[in-house]
Amino acid sequence: MSEGQSPLQQFEIKQLVPMQIGNIDVSLTNSSVMMIATVVGVSAFLILGMRRAALVPGRWQSMAELSYIFIANLLKETVGSEGRPYFPFIFSVFMFVLFGNLFGMIPYSFTFTSHIVVTFAMALVVFLGVTIIAIAKHKMHFFSFFMPPGVPMAMAPLLVPIEIISYLSRPISLSVRLFANMLAGHTLLKVFAGFIVALGAFGIAPWAFVVALTGLEIVIAFLQAFVFTILTCLYLNDALHLH
Amino acid sequence: MSDENPNGALKKLDSRLKEARREPIDPTRRTTSKVSGSGGALGLAFRVGVELVSAVGVGALIGWLLDEWLETRPWLMLVFIFMGGAAGILNVYRMARGFGYAVGYQQKDERADSDEGADQGK
Repeated sequence: MSEGQSPLQQFEIKQLVPMQIGNIDVSLTNSSVMMIATVVGVSAFLILGMRRAALVPGRWQSMAELSYIFIANLLKETVGSEGRPYFPFIFSVFMFVLFGNLFGMIPYSFTFTSHIVVTFAMALVVFLGVTIIAIAKHKMHFFSFFMPPGVPMAMAPLLVPIEIISYLSRPISLSVRLFANMLAGHTLLKVFAGFIVALGAFGIAPWAFVVALTGLEIVIAFLQAFVFTILTCLYLNDALHLH
Repeated sequence: MSDENPNGALKKLDSRLKEARREPIDPTRRTTSKVSGSGGALGLAFRVGVELVSAVGVGALIGWLLDEWLETRPWLMLVFIFMGGAAGILNVYRMARGFGYAVGYQQKDERADSDEGADQGK
């Protein structure tokens, strides 16, 4: 009975198919299986939803179109028309995180967004990509980013490092936000689920709480995917429109 | 069911269409502002905490790496931890003032704010 009772057990990575390239362990784990399932799920949702492409959309088609329009509007508002070339990336990020979060809500599945490695890798890709875009677009002018206008030169040695730290803390706060929300939510669910059995007949109280919490977790799954996307958009906006 | 009713319905539809055409920018903006305070006070508190701590962490890491490189063991790390704290406060300040997460001072309509911030920096 002791196994499976720790609320943190759900985050354990399990090797399913051991694989090795050179010295690097590239085994297929439960995390990577969930990622593959997410990619397949997103593709199926969009391709099957748009298969008929009817003028009057059905349920699936309108959901697919809704998600497309939602991100398109978000991008248009935060970045403007210059952001259009980056729409595929932003949309992929949103759908990947959203489906990853939602698939994690299925009992006995695995939430890969609850691992800091995964979210930090995604945040790093966003951060590096945005920095490269900014340098490619503005060349050396990019570095004026770290020196606010109208500041006396004497303040520069103090202000520039602070601005650089502030800039470098972006991928951390971006990844920690998603990871911590998923981790905390899923742990809380498991903790309260454990109380149900332990309390016997009085388990109805934590049971009701878990039901409510599950709803809240689904909201958070959407919310965090949205926050991750909107922050990516804001960073992109910074990169494209320096002062 | 006479021709009066459909006319009224058409007019109603027309006004609703006009409203819908005017709207498209608004609804997302509303959700944006609603959601960016995600989860109310708790969400805000959480975001403030993450911003603060991540900046301090980055500052400490930079200081530590510079110390390793320049062999000045504790000193640069101490300096950069405090700078990280300042950067964290700056992040939170920007967030609260509605700069979003923008580093730098690019929003035209918020130029005045940023200059004000720079003045306070003096």
